[in-house]
Amino acid sequence: MTSQTESARAIEEATDGTYKYGFVTDIEAGSAPPGLNEDTVRFISAKKNEPEWLLEWRLRAFRLWEKSQDTEPGWAKVKYPDIDFQAACYYSAPKSREDAPQSLDEVDPELLKTYEKLGIPLREQEMLAGVAIDAVFDSVSVATTFKDKLGELGIIFCPISEAVQEHPELVKKYLGSVVPYSDNYYATLNSAVFTDGSFVYVPKGVRCPMELSTYFRINAANTGQFERTLIIADAGSYVSYLEGCTAPMRDENQLHAAVVELVVFDDAEIKYSTVQNWYPGDADGVGGIYNFVTKRGACRGKDSKISWTQVETGSAVTWKYPSCILQGDGSVGEFYSIAITNNMQQADTGTKMIHIGKNTKSRIVAKGIAAGRSDSTYRGLVRVQPGAEGARNHTQCDSLLIGPECGAHTVPYIESRNPSARLEHEATTSKISEDQLFYCRQRGIGEEDAVALIVNGFCREVLQELPMEFAVEAQKLVAISLEGSVG
Amino acid sequence: MPMLKISNLHVNVDDKAILNGIDLSIDAGEVHAIMGPNGSGKSTLSYVLAGRDGYTVTDGTIQFQGKDLLALEPEERACEGMFLAFQYPVEIPGVPSGTFLKTAVNAIRKYRGEKQYDAMEFLTLVKEKQAELGISPAMMRRALNVGFSGGEKKRNEVLQMALLEPRLAILDETDSGLDIDALKTVAEGVNKMRSPHRAMIVITHYQRLLEYIAPDRVHVLSQGKIAHSGGMELVETLESDGYAGLGIESVQAE
Repeated sequence: MTSQTESARAIEEATDGTYKYGFVTDIEAGSAPPGLNEDTVRFISAKKNEPEWLLEWRLRAFRLWEKSQDTEPGWAKVKYPDIDFQAACYYSAPKSREDAPQSLDEVDPELLKTYEKLGIPLREQEMLAGVAIDAVFDSVSVATTFKDKLGELGIIFCPISEAVQEHPELVKKYLGSVVPYSDNYYATLNSAVFTDGSFVYVPKGVRCPMELSTYFRINAANTGQFERTLIIADAGSYVSYLEGCTAPMRDENQLHAAVVELVVFDDAEIKYSTVQNWYPGDADGVGGIYNFVTKRGACRGKDSKISWTQVETGSAVTWKYPSCILQGDGSVGEFYSIAITNNMQQADTGTKMIHIGKNTKSRIVAKGIAAGRSDSTYRGLVRVQPGAEGARNHTQCDSLLIGPECGAHTVPYIESRNPSARLEHEATTSKISEDQLFYCRQRGIGEEDAVALIVNGFCREVLQELPMEFAVEAQKLVAISLEGSVG
Repeated sequence: MPMLKISNLHVNVDDKAILNGIDLSIDAGEVHAIMGPNGSGKSTLSYVLAGRDGYTVTDGTIQFQGKDLLALEPEERACEGMFLAFQYPVEIPGVPSGTFLKTAVNAIRKYRGEKQYDAMEFLTLVKEKQAELGISPAMMRRALNVGFSGGEKKRNEVLQMALLEPRLAILDETDSGLDIDALKTVAEGVNKMRSPHRAMIVITHYQRLLEYIAPDRVHVLSQGKIAHSGGMELVETLESDGYAGLGIESVQAE
């Protein structure tokens, strides 16, 4: 991936080192038998050598989940068959080298074509496709290189399983403090069985000098299934975090239920950018990932800020509402979103902005693009609590339809309990017009490129929010996601 | 061999005959004007040449530089050197004019097997052409045609024509709605583009533009056919006596 070229070089340098970090080496091979019960939870916790308090927390979550089988959310505009939670495997040992493809020749050519279009270097293609390669081309060792630099500034960036061992006081204090284990059905499930994820702590007054990316940290094949991320920005600090990858990611686990928690103190800011491109299934929607994610940030300090930017192009079903609790006076929440659905994909995504502190501000820009027979829904809540004097929100939801068989829906919820609040909501729905397409084609631009150009224009406000090189990749991704949607 | 040869062209729109046997031959280096009352088929002719959907050719052929034009997709025709300056240029929100133009120029260069311009090369080229045409550089950063005045839209069309360097340029009522200054800019742009290797079709209602451009041939369309062909004297007759002076009934467009 072009944006990480420089980092890729660092990766190459780092791969000469031996494999020192990460949980994979800590555990013996072995998988939990399929099914979910207390023993599964204990097994995962034991594999990770977790302290007693964390096991207890997991077990409380599991017991609640078990009792709340009928509370799986049904309000989203998505349809999928019942999930058999007992048939799934919640902890599997990393795949052995023999099972992995031995070279790119054994990898699905369709996948390789996409890598080609995104301009991903060969070595990274091998990693993404899970090819067994000799050098430990592994993000964990890269993280070590970065860790030295970050360490000088007192920034902690590591797998959360490592943070549990190395910084238990921080994890214990903040884990579940924004998304409690009882929050919702999938968050509860995640709390019981989360396998890994990222942990970031930025100390007071420190501006993190580089974009932190999970891309360097994706390690074991099963990290993605129940990922748990916790980021804390102490007073006056700043960090930009990139999650995901523009390259299509395959995973044999169909259900993904991640939880992300952000905590921001006085005058601090977290910028959290996501590009989600999990396998969407085939043209009939068979085999795609179900992505049920709970993301929430708490602006605890005055004048603190959280900015979520997301580009959602993958998964068969997306259910995701990155939210901000604007508790500190003058705190700011932002949500910039592009959700693209094609073929049979369904996305129900949006945000919640909860205004609690005085003079809190929030901004929502959501762009939904639907093609094929897909369905894209924006669902967002803006709530102003009685004490939130002078709260302001601006919401803009735009939908773009490509073809006659897709659907776009906007479901805004606004609850204001303070008369001084100023809330604005704008929504538009449009289609790519024949006139626009013909105009582009008359200038020599082929139909698919024309669609990509028009859609990128439609998304521009959001793409601008992405770190620059990530934005370049995201533009290419927009084009690839919509291939075959016209003509 | 003529650059463009239209023979016995019959075209339907929604099963209604709009063009009823057009014969027209244009050589490289020539500028032809097409006039005619509303509804006579002028814009239909330009759209058929450019390959727009919804125009059904029921009879006849079009040869463009020896190729069967009707077998080509719109973008292939553009890449082969056909350019249509639109009567109503469309708006594309969020796409800067510069991005659009660079995409177009590079698409055409790619088709022709030429090296694609990088951002710096393209910028240099655009600045040069803008200076020649007296167009503000700020236009390149604005979303394509969004919030442009009528004059800005038409100047932008001329700028695009200058950058894409077509073999055959069709200007569909590019002069409509322009004040005298904008009209001069457009006319100068067109005149700068004249070359022994390039042909142009200028569709217009008015004498004024033709006075600046001085076409080699003038054709008057009526009811989907070329009713008269001649030189500038035809324009003068029209200006003094109207279409009635040529025995043509003026039909109001619906």
